[in-house]
Amino acid sequence: MTKNTILFIAILALIIYGSVVAINGATIGNIQIPKARDSIDLGLDLAGGVYVVLEAKTDLKGPELQRLMEQSKAIINERINGLGVSEPNIAIESGNRIRVELAGISNPQEATELIGKTAQLQFMDQEGNIVITGKNVKGSEVQYHTNEIGQEEVVVSLELDKEGTQNFAEATRILSEKIEPEERVVFIVLDGLIISSPIVQYMEPITNGKAYITGKFDLEGANRLSTLIRAGALPVEMDELQTSVIGPTLGLNAFERSLEAGAIALMLIFLFMLIIYKIPGLIASIGLVIYTLIIVLTMSILGVKLTLPGIAGLVLSIGMAVDANVIIFERIKEEIRLGKSIRTSVDTGFKRALTSVLDSNITTLIAGIVLYYFGTGPIRGFGVTLIIGIIASMISAVIFSKYLLRLAVSVFGSKNPKLYGA
Amino acid sequence: MEVLKHRKVFAFISLIIIIAGIVVFAVKGLNYGIDFTGGSLIQINIGEFVSVDEIRTIIDEYDKNASILHAGIDKNEVIIKSTLDLSNDTIRTIINNFTEKYDLEEDNFQSEKFGPYMGKEIRDKAFLSTIIATVLMLIYISWRFEFSFGIAAVVALIHDVLIMFSFYSIFRISINSSFIAAILTVLGYSINDTIVIFDRIRENTRLYPRESIDSLINGSIKQSLTRTIYTSLTTFIAVLVLYILGVEDVKVLALPLMIGIISGTYSSLFIASPLWYELKNRKIRTAK
Repeated sequence: MTKNTILFIAILALIIYGSVVAINGATIGNIQIPKARDSIDLGLDLAGGVYVVLEAKTDLKGPELQRLMEQSKAIINERINGLGVSEPNIAIESGNRIRVELAGISNPQEATELIGKTAQLQFMDQEGNIVITGKNVKGSEVQYHTNEIGQEEVVVSLELDKEGTQNFAEATRILSEKIEPEERVVFIVLDGLIISSPIVQYMEPITNGKAYITGKFDLEGANRLSTLIRAGALPVEMDELQTSVIGPTLGLNAFERSLEAGAIALMLIFLFMLIIYKIPGLIASIGLVIYTLIIVLTMSILGVKLTLPGIAGLVLSIGMAVDANVIIFERIKEEIRLGKSIRTSVDTGFKRALTSVLDSNITTLIAGIVLYYFGTGPIRGFGVTLIIGIIASMISAVIFSKYLLRLAVSVFGSKNPKLYGA
Repeated sequence: MEVLKHRKVFAFISLIIIIAGIVVFAVKGLNYGIDFTGGSLIQINIGEFVSVDEIRTIIDEYDKNASILHAGIDKNEVIIKSTLDLSNDTIRTIINNFTEKYDLEEDNFQSEKFGPYMGKEIRDKAFLSTIIATVLMLIYISWRFEFSFGIAAVVALIHDVLIMFSFYSIFRISINSSFIAAILTVLGYSINDTIVIFDRIRENTRLYPRESIDSLINGSIKQSLTRTIYTSLTTFIAVLVLYILGVEDVKVLALPLMIGIISGTYSSLFIASPLWYELKNRKIRTAK
């Protein structure tokens, strides 16, 4: 066996091993490599879950609208945290919309109710008596104060209406007389969840309706608290524009069937390429495996969520990935027919096909980018996989296939043009 | 293969399909899916075939006009579409009716609700993104090739969009949000095909400057033909497998893609290059 034959077999073995690892997972020393299908995040349509698109009923525009939406998002986020959903995805879309995606929850109904419900903000004392509610709060802002030792600190201000001022004065008078600090706590509760528990200063009742919550806030934390206090309820009425509930079993079924379709499509394409192109066909099939591995790796590293249209995009791009190979191989065939040696034909074939492969793929890339930019939700997933697919197919065809094919020529010999499909 | 000689025949075939599509559109309009019109969709996997009449006994209480479809390989799934904006509670109740009656697992369903405003937005977005993608491609091709190639390629793209539109219109395929994805993918696919042929024409023009345009174009198409057919075939196989094995949501994307692949291949071979020929000829004539 020549050095090149060993190299060729080694590469082949490595790729087969890589595929096995991707399918079954592996443990090398202390490193756990999970199965590829477990390491890619599934989108809602595959994992099951709920998504809701809400639209704010408002005429505000620009920065004002943005602030309003940020507030609403913070509030919805706060509510969802109570659900215990892992990685909820809440995004502001096209200015005045909020898309909420909750993957893998078992009771979607509960979620939709929670998102839409009007929040209740309450201030309570130790005994659970409600002192004031959200409607008594006139305003709450983040401010900078200089404390007794001359340091600047972030505080959250609180301004109450007339009724609130009265009730709050009364309650804090009683509270401030208690000796133990724990007894002087006022709980600020949103939807039954304590979001802050400031302590009334000893013998300092708050009678003017203006209070400051001090503490070791960073700016972000203070901002969040003031947003929640100011707008215990959503600051704007939200219309339910679109709701989608996907049962986990149905999603999983879709996933299985799409994977199956992908595998079968891949096999058929292997077969096709082997029959038509023989040795280059084998290289193209190996190239396709590399291509698939690159995609799986990229998606799990970038954390791209795989959606149903995403899988369709992938399968389509597998079909198209063959294209770069076909262009190159056809070119090689032509060169062989012109009477050139197989070795030179492979080199010139690759060189001449390059502009064609680049130009055609870049134009397709443009479509993918526009799709990503304008699409929302699942369509966006389709765009992402298409973009990743095109780039990966160019890499696998132009770099890997070229190297492997040259290697194959030295292994299988360059006497018989029939082996190269010519 | 004398593509140029028969160019009018090829253009005529496309024209007939497009006109038919537009006529049907003018008479019947398009079959908009519920994400266009607004409404609710419930999909349940019952695990056995259940007749439409039996399903109606459950649904009629909520919407007598709801359309009921079967899906899945063994027709075990039921898709119920209603143009009414059913409340979340109602949808839940309907699903519960099914799970109780057929003793199903709790989570074997899917439901969707769309407000009526989404439709216009999807339409506008589809239109806008198609135009933007086309203009960007035109710029790229004009830069890499020349403007006349860009124009010819873009006309071929418009051809593909119109053919797909006609297909949607004639076969009453429901237009939903995957419509944008389908159209743009076909744009990307078809332009890919066209560019490969143009690249060949560009190369041959440099290699054989004395050759007439006619034989340059015919020769280039001939040289690219095998590649075009093979690529279209592999891509078509991939999408066809998706269509056969995929779930309903994948099918609605795969079907227009199959049409698009055929139309894209056709336009690359028989529309784009002949059109470039016409443009070139006109230029030469006016130059004389």
